[in-house]
Amino acid sequence: MKMKTKARKVTKNLILTGVGGQGNVMASRTLAGMLVDAGYIVTIGETFGMSQRGGSVMSHLRISPDAVKSPQIPRGGADVIVALEPLEALRVLTVYGNPQVHVLSNSRPVYPIGVITGELNYPSDEAIESAFDRLSARFWMVDATSVGLQLGNPVLSNIVMIGALAKTGLLPFDRRMFEKEIRKTLTPDKCTVNLKAFDAGAAMIK
Amino acid sequence: MTKLLSPANKKVLFLGNEAIARGALEAGASVAAAYPGTPSSEVIESLSHVARERNLYVEWSVNEKVALEVAAAASFAGLRSMAVMKQNGVNVASDFLLHLTASGTRGGIVLVSCEDPGALSSVNEGESRYFASMLEMPLLEPSNFQEAKDLTRWAFELSEAIGNVVMLRSVTRMSHASGNVICGKLPVKTRRAAFTYDGPVMDSQTGPMISTPVVAKHLLHQKKLKVVEALFEKSPFNRYIGAAKPELLIITSSACFLYAEEAVGMLGLQKRVGILKLGTTWPLPPKLLEKNLRRTDRILIVEEVMPFLEENVKVLASGMTKRIGMKTFFGKYDETLPAAGELNPDIVAGAIGSILNVRRKALPDAYVAESKKAAALIPPREQTFCAGCPHRASFWNIHNAIALDGRKGFVCGDIGCYSMAALSPAAGYHTMPTLHSMGSGTGLASGFAKLTQFGLDKPILTVCGDSTFYHAVIPALINAQHNLANITFIVLDNQGTAMTGFQPHPGLEVSALRDVVPAVEIAAICEAIGAKVAVSDPFDLAATGKILTSFLAEKGSVKVLILRQACALSPEKKGKKTFDVKVNEDLCLGDACGCNRLCTRIFRCPALTWDRTKKKAVVDEVICAGCGVCASICPQQAIMKSQGI
Repeated sequence: MKMKTKARKVTKNLILTGVGGQGNVMASRTLAGMLVDAGYIVTIGETFGMSQRGGSVMSHLRISPDAVKSPQIPRGGADVIVALEPLEALRVLTVYGNPQVHVLSNSRPVYPIGVITGELNYPSDEAIESAFDRLSARFWMVDATSVGLQLGNPVLSNIVMIGALAKTGLLPFDRRMFEKEIRKTLTPDKCTVNLKAFDAGAAMIK
Repeated sequence: MTKLLSPANKKVLFLGNEAIARGALEAGASVAAAYPGTPSSEVIESLSHVARERNLYVEWSVNEKVALEVAAAASFAGLRSMAVMKQNGVNVASDFLLHLTASGTRGGIVLVSCEDPGALSSVNEGESRYFASMLEMPLLEPSNFQEAKDLTRWAFELSEAIGNVVMLRSVTRMSHASGNVICGKLPVKTRRAAFTYDGPVMDSQTGPMISTPVVAKHLLHQKKLKVVEALFEKSPFNRYIGAAKPELLIITSSACFLYAEEAVGMLGLQKRVGILKLGTTWPLPPKLLEKNLRRTDRILIVEEVMPFLEENVKVLASGMTKRIGMKTFFGKYDETLPAAGELNPDIVAGAIGSILNVRRKALPDAYVAESKKAAALIPPREQTFCAGCPHRASFWNIHNAIALDGRKGFVCGDIGCYSMAALSPAAGYHTMPTLHSMGSGTGLASGFAKLTQFGLDKPILTVCGDSTFYHAVIPALINAQHNLANITFIVLDNQGTAMTGFQPHPGLEVSALRDVVPAVEIAAICEAIGAKVAVSDPFDLAATGKILTSFLAEKGSVKVLILRQACALSPEKKGKKTFDVKVNEDLCLGDACGCNRLCTRIFRCPALTWDRTKKKAVVDEVICAGCGVCASICPQQAIMKSQGI
């Protein structure tokens, strides 16, 4: 399938979410780097530092043809939600979702401490998928962590998700742009494994 | 080549802090010093990577006051320099800053304060804008990434034009946000350092750098602010967007401008609401204000934390009433906007909507109802120590020693990741009831220990990180030792300034420039003070517990325990497991054990989870960092650790 890479006239709002340590920041910078090179004005809003220690993390990407945007997307204003953890996808969806939103989520949970201790409950897979179904125009669940583990490092799940995102055609980027972007900073062997992760992600979207 | 040295006219994606760093490079800065603190750390961090190529001296200073002093010395010698800090760092630097604004400066010097409205990564939401008015220094606030670079570059020129320090203020949503920046030229640096001081006392460019004669110099300082005001009147960093005569005028600066612009767009009010965006926020340019205040009678001031801009606009407006007429102001004083916390486009849209009686197009009711239903399913994700974090083991030791002692001792907290022991009390096993500024844990402990004669007789403990030790703890520690305060002082030494990204500190043999430098040892300093010192590995629960127990029982003054174990996220540890940790399901008795799920309910490591079907503990291999501490806590020895992955 050919990627849709033609210029867009309106701002596209993407939220990338997950749990601290899952490679959220790296993923958002990689996406943004590609889109800047493609001529877009990209604004990323994120927080890191203390806020990421075991907590929820979120990057807001605004992809605009012409202007710097607020680093915080308004409530109900997401076009695409990409989540490295399903509970975080749901958390973001209930704040930034709308009937037109598309959701791409990793399926592997990272349990909050309150769930581990038994004080709180993690929603079932069915409950999460049913909420995605009711609250989005379309959603995809992919087991990116398992792919990352097979490739030798679970943190590669962030790149698996980028590959999957490319295949959905929701954002104007493709494998060639991804490769060019990672070659700027990564060593050749790291590029190889990242491209493998990207391809594995793309293959998971039918 | 690093992105920070991109050629002129190249369009790159910069973090706000990188844009500030690039601005300093384009200004030809020679010296940059800072103490790390979120959200400011990346400014110096990124400069340190290009220091050699750009002939730049970069330093992680011991604290913010010293950072500013180091930068000031460069300015006195005619070079351009910068000191960078987070909001409360300005408080630390403020005593020197008061005197610096009074003595004046030479080479352009910029104080960068990156602030944290809403305290996303702080234990305060301090405001340093008031320092600009209190100490009478020009204040600049970028509202996008291009401006972050361009205003920083201009700040150096402004500082030289008035012979005084200039403050540039950013916020988390600028510093830690990223956006497109078109690079300018990197200059050829030719300045040499030379410090002359034999000129007249009133000439800060050739005479001694002192704040006296105080009143005469203060008047001179204030005269220069008139020059600033005139420059601000014409500044391209202030601009008006909107109709000539809008119904409502928004006055704003910083990231708030982006929220305001978004909010006006969300409500579709571009024709009815105008925005005056200010990049120069103190002193306010009166003529520019007058021209814009004439546009309408209703003014909304959009800013975060304190009503600094609102107060300054109102003061100027009150002096112009005869010419501009009476105005109605909306902002924090009338509670149109919240008095604390950070803003976002939704809050600003709500404020505009309430003034103009306009409502944002809402989502369908059915969708909102479904969304509420789903939200009820979502458990909160509380902050906690990472898997493999030495602090978890340290607090486990501390909690057990306090419990064993039986006198209900407590820990005075300090600033670092270990602050989480107070912020999420269960993470610190409910041992740490106080948390204030850097170093204040030891000062408070010193005070609590002197309350025995008034009936407070229990073990007093305090903790601090290795970097915090050098920053502000040493004076408090000397105070405790000298005044016979019986405290157990625990250094959570994780071998770097871990929370902000592993910046080196004086205890390490490496500098910001990656040169080999002498380490100043914590143990040697404590011994020199006369304190009793022990060192232990927090992962060794038995050995650490023994020392702590004996320290709590001991009389005397300061007892120091250095708990040394590198941060789980440190570059040398990250991704490497010391142990392969597994739960032996045959040995784990689950709910029948009698331990009441000590491992998952009490120890609370994110990698050690509970299988609700099997009713047994299980290690999540994706999250486990392999520290092996949990193997020491299981009474059944069901958690097995094996070496060598």
